[in-house]
Amino acid sequence: MRKLIDKFVFTICSLSTVLVLSILALIIIYIFANGVLAINLDFFTKLPKPVGEDGGGMVNAIVGSIIMVTLAALISIPISIGAAIYLSEFGKGFLATIVRFLVDVLAGVPSIVIGIFVYTIVVLPMKRFSAIAGALALAIIMIPTVVRATEEALRLVPQTLREAALALGAPYWRVVLEIVVLSARSSIISGVLLAIARIAGETAPLLFTALGNRFLVTVLDRPMASLPVQIYSYAVSPYDDWHRQAWAATFSLVIFILLINLSVRFFFRTKE
Amino acid sequence: MENLQEATKTDNLILAPRKKRWLMSPSADKAFHTLTKSLALFLFTLVIALVASMIYNSRLSLSRFGLSFVFSSTWDPVKELFGALPFVYGTLVSSITALIIAIPISLGVAIFLTEECPYKLRPIVLTLVELLAAIPSVAYGLWGIFVLVPFMRNYINPVLEKGLGFLPLFKGPSYGIGLLTSGMILAVMIVPIITAISVNSLNSVLPSQREAALALGATRWEATQIVLLNARSGIIGGIILGLGRALGETMAVTMVIGNRPEISLSLLAPSYTMASVIANEFTEATYDLYLHALIEIAILLFIITFIVQAFAQLLIRQISKGKKS
Repeated sequence: MRKLIDKFVFTICSLSTVLVLSILALIIIYIFANGVLAINLDFFTKLPKPVGEDGGGMVNAIVGSIIMVTLAALISIPISIGAAIYLSEFGKGFLATIVRFLVDVLAGVPSIVIGIFVYTIVVLPMKRFSAIAGALALAIIMIPTVVRATEEALRLVPQTLREAALALGAPYWRVVLEIVVLSARSSIISGVLLAIARIAGETAPLLFTALGNRFLVTVLDRPMASLPVQIYSYAVSPYDDWHRQAWAATFSLVIFILLINLSVRFFFRTKE
Repeated sequence: MENLQEATKTDNLILAPRKKRWLMSPSADKAFHTLTKSLALFLFTLVIALVASMIYNSRLSLSRFGLSFVFSSTWDPVKELFGALPFVYGTLVSSITALIIAIPISLGVAIFLTEECPYKLRPIVLTLVELLAAIPSVAYGLWGIFVLVPFMRNYINPVLEKGLGFLPLFKGPSYGIGLLTSGMILAVMIVPIITAISVNSLNSVLPSQREAALALGATRWEATQIVLLNARSGIIGGIILGLGRALGETMAVTMVIGNRPEISLSLLAPSYTMASVIANEFTEATYDLYLHALIEIAILLFIITFIVQAFAQLLIRQISKGKKS
């Protein structure tokens, strides 16, 4: 009897693993099958057609996403790495404990709340939706991930390395920047890449910061389109051709995100 | 080695001209300290500003409705009446449904990964499970609209209605959209979180625990129960973290829940969540009070997720502390 229960439980465990893996396969296959059918050159090169007309593409959203994600990375990386250096190299006091806690809090704040916050501090005073507001929202979402990854990576650098460098007469700031950060670089880069993959797919914080735009814009103080927002508005629309394009956009977005995730795992994790 | 060579380069600086000599001085170190400290302080200010700015920009609704905002179930922008109860209800019920589905599955996967799975396959399976967390929520939403909703409408919901329709929980009619469908999508999204943290805490239990149980003649499942018991605080932490994620999830839920501000006991009925009402109505809010009411919902959502998050961190910290000692 006890053996039977044993068998039973472990069979259920294996089955639930099979279930989860097949859901993953189902989702990926669906996105790929629909995406491959829907994607074409127009998708990458043309602007959206007026409502109701077939054809056209999403070049505005692709360019918009690239601009805002790049900008968000440029804003958040220096802040996050700097703060992480403080936490790992100097952080023993009260401030460090609080900041560490707040970073955890920030990581758990729903992204739509971040969107509201940026709306109140950027969109309201500027009186219009803008790409810079969207980028700021994405940057705030990116910060906790990068801070945590960097702090963890810096802590793993052996203390002896710091001591050796200091003994050679290097000032502390150079020890930190050139020895500690450099030897932790692969973990830091993988943290940054994973954070970029995450914000590339964020929709909620862009809805009322960058809004969306049917035209290709490169100025930062205007509303700007992005892939996730466009997927959302096309998916809930009643037009078949828009649904087709939503699948094409999801397909390209998911490929981008999966590629980053898998390459980070294969190139950076195996070393450790 | 390479790093040490890097370091010796600094020796040249001592003979360098004045400008560079400053870089070697203690004041340069002090400046560096101040710089990184101010960045850390910036993060501190950011969170404070987040709370302050949201409170300020919801003042109209805060002062007009007070506490009744949370307990009123009327949401009528035309009559300028706002109550958050339907959204709080929809958020909690969809998230709890997700937990009920996700917990057994995640624990099953975690036990499989730590007990049964061949060693070589473990990282691969874990990576695949974690990939589920990487898929953006709008992609889940799209998949939900075109695959899961029709599937629920045609196969699952009719069966539930027929078999369990006498319970108010499964009363029809059903359109495929609704609480149960969003709960299922949320479950898929939080399984990787709960699984990853459970695997971590199961692995951190000392092997001697399991060995002792096995030596006493326990079956593998009985030994696993001991291990589960020892890892419980981490596992609960993971579950609560998953709950936090489910509560704040916006896009996937907005696309399949039906967006109707009504409280209905049935899981098959359309509903509305805090995050999705913000996503749907924010750009349509035509007057200030409406906007402030939506921002107040964001504050509520922030408070709920904050409490959940703090609780989860506390439990997860406990295991990492236990590991060190």
